[in-house]
Amino acid sequence: MIYDVAVIGAGATGGATAYMLSQYKLHTVLLERSHEVCAGVSKANSGIVHGGFHHPSDSLKTQLELRGNALIEQLQKNLHFPYLKCGILVVAYSEEELETLKKLYQRGLDNGVKDMEFCDRKRIFELEPKLTANAIGGFFVPHGGTIEPYMYVFALIECALKNHVDLRCDFEVISGDYQDDVWLVKSADGREIKAKYLVNAAGLFADDVSRKLGAEDFKIFPRKGEEYLLDRNCAGRPSRVVFPVPVKHSKGVLVIPTAGGTTMIGPTAEKVEDKEDTATTQSNFAKILKLTQNMVEGLTAKDLITSFAGLRPVHESEDFYIVQSPVRPALIQAAGIQSPGLTASPAIGEYIVKLLAKSGLALKKDPAFDGTLPEYFESRKLTDQQLSELHASDPAWTNIVCRCESISEAEIINAVKRGHTTVDGVKFCTRAGMGRCQGGFCSAKVLQIISRYSGIPMEELTKRGGKSRILAGKLGSLEVK
Amino acid sequence: MPELICISCPQGCHLTAVEANGSVTVSGNRCPRGEVYAKQELTDPRRMVTAVMPSDNKKHPFIAVRTTAPYPKAKIPALLNRLYAMTIKTPVKNGDIIIADIDNSGIGVIVTENI
Amino acid sequence: MARNCYDAVIVGAGAAGLAAGSVTAASGCSTLIIDRESRSGGILNQCIHNGFGLRYFKEELTGPEFAYRMSQKAQNAGVEFALDSAVTDIKKLDDGTFDLRILSKHDGVRHINSRAVMLTMGCRERNRGAIATPGGRPAGIFTAGTAQKLLNCEGKLPGKSAVIVGSGDIGLIMARRLRWSGIDVKAVIEIMPHSAGLTRNVVQCLHDFGIPLYLSTSVVRIDGKDRVTGVVAAPLNDDRTPDMNKAFAIECDTVLFSVGLIPEMELAKKLGVKENPATGGAEVDSNYSTSIPGVFSAGNVLHVHDLVDFVAEEAEYAGKCLVDYLVGAKNGVEYNSSVLKNLKYVIPNRFAPTQDTRFLFRPTVVTDRAVLKAMVNGESVWEKKLLFVRPAEMIIAEIKANTLAGDVTFVLEEI
Repeated sequence: MIYDVAVIGAGATGGATAYMLSQYKLHTVLLERSHEVCAGVSKANSGIVHGGFHHPSDSLKTQLELRGNALIEQLQKNLHFPYLKCGILVVAYSEEELETLKKLYQRGLDNGVKDMEFCDRKRIFELEPKLTANAIGGFFVPHGGTIEPYMYVFALIECALKNHVDLRCDFEVISGDYQDDVWLVKSADGREIKAKYLVNAAGLFADDVSRKLGAEDFKIFPRKGEEYLLDRNCAGRPSRVVFPVPVKHSKGVLVIPTAGGTTMIGPTAEKVEDKEDTATTQSNFAKILKLTQNMVEGLTAKDLITSFAGLRPVHESEDFYIVQSPVRPALIQAAGIQSPGLTASPAIGEYIVKLLAKSGLALKKDPAFDGTLPEYFESRKLTDQQLSELHASDPAWTNIVCRCESISEAEIINAVKRGHTTVDGVKFCTRAGMGRCQGGFCSAKVLQIISRYSGIPMEELTKRGGKSRILAGKLGSLEVK
Repeated sequence: MPELICISCPQGCHLTAVEANGSVTVSGNRCPRGEVYAKQELTDPRRMVTAVMPSDNKKHPFIAVRTTAPYPKAKIPALLNRLYAMTIKTPVKNGDIIIADIDNSGIGVIVTENI
Repeated sequence: MARNCYDAVIVGAGAAGLAAGSVTAASGCSTLIIDRESRSGGILNQCIHNGFGLRYFKEELTGPEFAYRMSQKAQNAGVEFALDSAVTDIKKLDDGTFDLRILSKHDGVRHINSRAVMLTMGCRERNRGAIATPGGRPAGIFTAGTAQKLLNCEGKLPGKSAVIVGSGDIGLIMARRLRWSGIDVKAVIEIMPHSAGLTRNVVQCLHDFGIPLYLSTSVVRIDGKDRVTGVVAAPLNDDRTPDMNKAFAIECDTVLFSVGLIPEMELAKKLGVKENPATGGAEVDSNYSTSIPGVFSAGNVLHVHDLVDFVAEEAEYAGKCLVDYLVGAKNGVEYNSSVLKNLKYVIPNRFAPTQDTRFLFRPTVVTDRAVLKAMVNGESVWEKKLLFVRPAEMIIAEIKANTLAGDVTFVLEEI
């Protein structure tokens, strides 16, 4: 068959585009090089829903950020991904910072950020009592907070699939030819897809994909951000996202109350060469901890659960690069989607649909579109009565598998049924293994459950697809010497 | 003058064994087991072998076993390869015999849990 | 479970829980032990190696054998069990009793009332994330205990060639277990200048197999994108930073971490039990009572022990104290105990001078000869000579009643 649109890349941008397209009578396919969706840039970031005050008013970034901020709130009501709308606090710790902060506040006003509040010292401590004593003022943006980015992307894509979008994973695009008004896209493993329009949302690899499609040459630079995750019992978990006054190329190092209940500090910002270099370093932890300890009280090294690094896909212009390709027909480029890309993503999806329409794609609303997902349950958040009701229909709801995050067997089974058959996929979908023991206690059980409900033998299960096998075979398969 | 560390208990005594006139004198031990260990270790080193073996039980696919006494060190790999190739029929209980006498050594293999 | 009210509820059916429950039940207290797993014995069930029980049972046992004997003892004493059950919350009620919320596949949500609670949840392993070992995040990184469970309970090989980070006992035991499973062990890498495990485990788990132990060495990077391909290690300079000029690479497909144990205290924190920062467990007095009357703690959730035998002894004693509490015995606790030189912590933190008291310590130094002193008002009132002091081994001091007439500070002096 010939698809109307093929979207390359199943991250936040590709996922939101697929979701937006699924509202129309179209045949859409989403192509992903990894084994599961949301495996790249969108998986490893700060998870902030930004407020719209960091970038200039006339920029596309700001327009999409503000629109995205509002859309995420609407989407959350129907898709139920965790959104902690705790608001954002930007704090000055010196007179000099206060001056810069005032300019940022004015930018927010100019951008039309809603309900912003300039705060004196007293007010800022009312909003966040855990700030260190040297905080002198700041401003508060109530419309913003944190999401768990993978759960947001999973929800978007699940909803798109429900509305008849197709998904092809392990589909690494190696070439694209446009002939007779149709793109023929080939994958590394020999599969082919035909589509009238293409969207390049390939994140870090958008430049490579552009070249493979014979389109314009541009460059995506990876900029690494290391983040450090602290225990849910950490005394320093703030009730707002706490920003410092920003510095060049970066919004600075933040203290983030994650939507999942842990606390995150970071990110760093470091230009790297390798697009797969997500290694963390030891010296950065000490640095980040010190910086954030100056911002918020109660953050300790003892609370560290784990660290990770994400790569921001930076376009050479430092801006989003969302255009109709000037070189190839029927191709929309969505590249350089770094911060605030996650916030902006639903608006980027809308914008791409508009660009596709401009290029000639006929859009007709699908009356059968259903933009809702069933509400999902998390055992740890339920009352006794709710749990008892669920237990009556399925006893797995009260079988706690991951003790640190209190994740039930039923939640893990649901994740497998929703298509997550890798250990990381299940972890990001359910939080099983994301707590303080990092899967030490539950990983054997989780492997068993995935194996049982996916039919994949335990030895063949992977961390994230490909060659990332967890186990090396059965006892007795290696000779003892 | 071989220096040994006793493994008979968690104390880990540092032993010195001196050989004179065909007999071995051991020093550094804090209990009689040290002397026995040192003499054994110099002539015929042995270790307790513990392992898990495949079973026919779905919930407990592997079952813990051990040798009934320390087993000659050099022969341990062959013993383990043999154990991994067998399958234990459940139910079993603590002390059940899997192999009564390994190659006429006088040492057996027994189950160490109830499944 | 026939009833909803007990004199004593014990959280965790490992060695400590079983020992404590045997005592409380034998004393006539209705006792329930709750555990997440489907059988009692805790982590002992995956510790299939020998070396347990020499002190407590006067014979050498494997982990499952030790667990079995303890379980039999508890059952014979009349303990009831709630297995496959997770305690998700404990609250102290206005009448001084406790409400425990329990989830299980079989019974759904249940609430149990208890007059007293014994916390014996054991510990968890510190992992790669908590020590921020740099590098990538490929498959093939496990804690030693997770690898132990996969191998000994599921019969699954975690890899084909391994490097073990940290020389704690579980790491050493796993080095041998990997070799006995046909897996190559390239090296054990320890950041401290001495092994963190018992000497006999260094001998029988490393020396026996010719596995190199690199002391004062740190893993500076884990390599691999999909699966681990190797690690880079570097010896430490005098200032404890890695000397990158001497860094060396080791190829492997698996990395096991054995870098310490942390008391699994989260439930106790919910209850508001005061923590001892030196142990990561609760603060207790010589009756093993925590800061909340009626809540007791023993075993590895209190402080990480070297031998399970001491866990069982401690929990038995704590069980006796819980029974005393239920009958309203006066405890006479009045003085504080603390540590200064060469000691990491002391258990208990408060004591009754009119009773014989067992004090437990962890040394921070390696020394062949030392003296442990109990200082009251700046004067040494009690001393004990010690041989072969190692951080891997606890120090035990039995001090007779009426020896310590005030707050005591213990010091360990090398001689």
